[in-house]
Amino acid sequence: MFKLIPRENVSPVLSLLGPLFSVGLTMIVGGILFYFLGVDPFAAIKMIFWDPLMSETFSTYSIPQIFIKGAPLILIALGLSVGFKANVWNIGAEGQYIMGAIFGASFALSLYPLESIVIFPAMILIGVIGGCLWSIIPAFLKVKFQVNEILVSLMLVYVAEQILALASLGFLRNPDGAGFPGSRNLNQYTSASNAEIIVGTGIHLGVLLSLLMVIFFYVLLFRHSLGFKIKLLGNSPKASGFSGDNSNKLIFLCLTLSGSLAGLAGIMEVAGPAGQINIDFNVGYGFTAIIVAFLGRLNPIGIFFAGIVMALTYVGGELTQFMLNLPAAAIQVFQGMLLFFLLSFDLFVHYKIKLKGNK
Amino acid sequence: MRQFMKYFSASFLFISMVITSSIAIAADYKVGFIYIGPPGDHGWNYQHDVGRKAVDEAFGDKVETFFQENVPESADAERVMTQMALSGADMIFATSFGYMEPVLNVAKKFPKVKFEHATGYMTADNVSTYSARFYEGRTVAGHIAGKMTKSNTIGYVASYPIPEVVRGINSAYLAAKKANPNVEFKVIWIFTWYDPAKEADAAKTLISQGADVILQHVDSSAIMTVAEEAGVYAFGQASDMSAFGPNAHLTAIINGWAPYYVKKVKQGMDGTWKGAEQTFDGIGAGMVIIGPLSDKIPDSVKKEAMEIRDGIASGTLHSFTGPINKQDGSPWLKAGETADMGTLLGMNFYVEGIEGDIPQ
Repeated sequence: MFKLIPRENVSPVLSLLGPLFSVGLTMIVGGILFYFLGVDPFAAIKMIFWDPLMSETFSTYSIPQIFIKGAPLILIALGLSVGFKANVWNIGAEGQYIMGAIFGASFALSLYPLESIVIFPAMILIGVIGGCLWSIIPAFLKVKFQVNEILVSLMLVYVAEQILALASLGFLRNPDGAGFPGSRNLNQYTSASNAEIIVGTGIHLGVLLSLLMVIFFYVLLFRHSLGFKIKLLGNSPKASGFSGDNSNKLIFLCLTLSGSLAGLAGIMEVAGPAGQINIDFNVGYGFTAIIVAFLGRLNPIGIFFAGIVMALTYVGGELTQFMLNLPAAAIQVFQGMLLFFLLSFDLFVHYKIKLKGNK
Repeated sequence: MRQFMKYFSASFLFISMVITSSIAIAADYKVGFIYIGPPGDHGWNYQHDVGRKAVDEAFGDKVETFFQENVPESADAERVMTQMALSGADMIFATSFGYMEPVLNVAKKFPKVKFEHATGYMTADNVSTYSARFYEGRTVAGHIAGKMTKSNTIGYVASYPIPEVVRGINSAYLAAKKANPNVEFKVIWIFTWYDPAKEADAAKTLISQGADVILQHVDSSAIMTVAEEAGVYAFGQASDMSAFGPNAHLTAIINGWAPYYVKKVKQGMDGTWKGAEQTFDGIGAGMVIIGPLSDKIPDSVKKEAMEIRDGIASGTLHSFTGPINKQDGSPWLKAGETADMGTLLGMNFYVEGIEGDIPQ
């Protein structure tokens, strides 16, 4: 009945408007949803997007919280975006995030209670290596045997979750924890604690790193030949080959780079806000970051704003739950709509719809 | 930065600019609850929500309660409770073990807010803990299970290997063994409190291994549904689940939080609430309730079950009365000796006769 025809000239303006459009439409459709749930839609939307930033009661606390919640999303999304540009689909950042946390925490806790300034940087490095190693598995299989990296990286999330359970119950379990699962609290181990760098806000090194990485990735993608090669691989693999680029090397780089960043996010989170390795340590940042990467148009600056908007919907969404009795699922639907509308908008930007006759 | 955020959000959020009204809460005493899952689970969270509604009912307009569901046991819990405290909550009930460190962190920042943490073991000047002796209920359930099984195989779907769950397995096993010396326990650990699909899978596995009675220490009603389909027996967890398996449901171990919540909120309002208290109540105090017994249970077994229940309630009977050996055969309790509080609260071993290992 319908046929999609690719547009010859894709409007760059429309393409950039996508995220704004999807946020706007999410507000409207989400508002209608809230209305039917018996909640004043204007109050709910205001509470999600406005109160965390502006309300006198909450903003002092919640503005830094938005950056804290956004930091792992931004870090992971930056790494993913590079791969996505090259048509390399790492869907398993959640697993790499877990492994980064386990590697780093294992290292630090094996030295407990030794105090030394070397421990913290070494722990971060080992966390990054942990995430990187977990992404080398799909990278190797993809490059060597052309195994689909989407499946391998996704399946490895579940393996990582099992290792996380094993660590919480076994080799990392707190010996002073009265038999309960979970490691020692890294915040109570001075040498390994990713403590706040601005007193009273909770802002930690990971937040700072997420901002620095935005700049780093901007330079990498737009000012460095590697960024060009990556985009070329994604847009035209053939041209990339003709120009002498080694596509296997680029694929390997894209996967391990995103794995390393997910690992960095993991170690920053476990040594900071989370504090300990526990069975429920991962809360889906690796998957939400995929939404963030697309909402940010795979552009580092865009990803920064997308991460902040996403974090805002978490922090503000929580307010609406206990202040307005909105169910948690309604907020998840709200967040899901962001990606849904963005992808639909993109479809219309990139394709024309033609009605076909029945003949 | 704030200027920047202001500009940024304004450009995005012009709609909300017209709205200036803020949410005004009239009640003078505000009580927040955080739940690990949805209150619609008909299990753990549902019963906490029953307790919350009892508070609403008991105090009417004087108290306002609110809750947040699906709060992960992570840094998110700390943020949720902080936001609740900022919004003016006077008392917060954190209803899952994993909220322990977040509760202590938030309590430090808000010394005037009173915190009640379920099933934890760490307290502070403004943090008290409470837990129920669920294992007492499992003694009753274990006895019924031992009498009802024909295959002599009882399945047990367990969540996390924490002392509370281990205590329940041991208590049920001891009672079942006493009722039926040939009984055998099969335990499956699923590492979640609430995942209907995983719970159902575990129950199916147990049934295929010959279990014809299933006990559960997870929150959903999925196991009851599976048991009904397979024609085996099961017990309701936390609340009465007979609606999900009219033939399968033998009885339920019901969590009775309502009296405790009403009592604590009242204490909070009149200034008699105390921090650093640890409550551990059982059948006697009404924190653990044995639900109605199914007609499928023979009258003689019903009578025995009620005797056990009343014995525990009056204190003449203890779920852990020696002689009891640990799994490795080493002696734990001498004849007539009952378990001390410390061992119960930190229990991390099986008693003799249970096969398999506690995941380490």
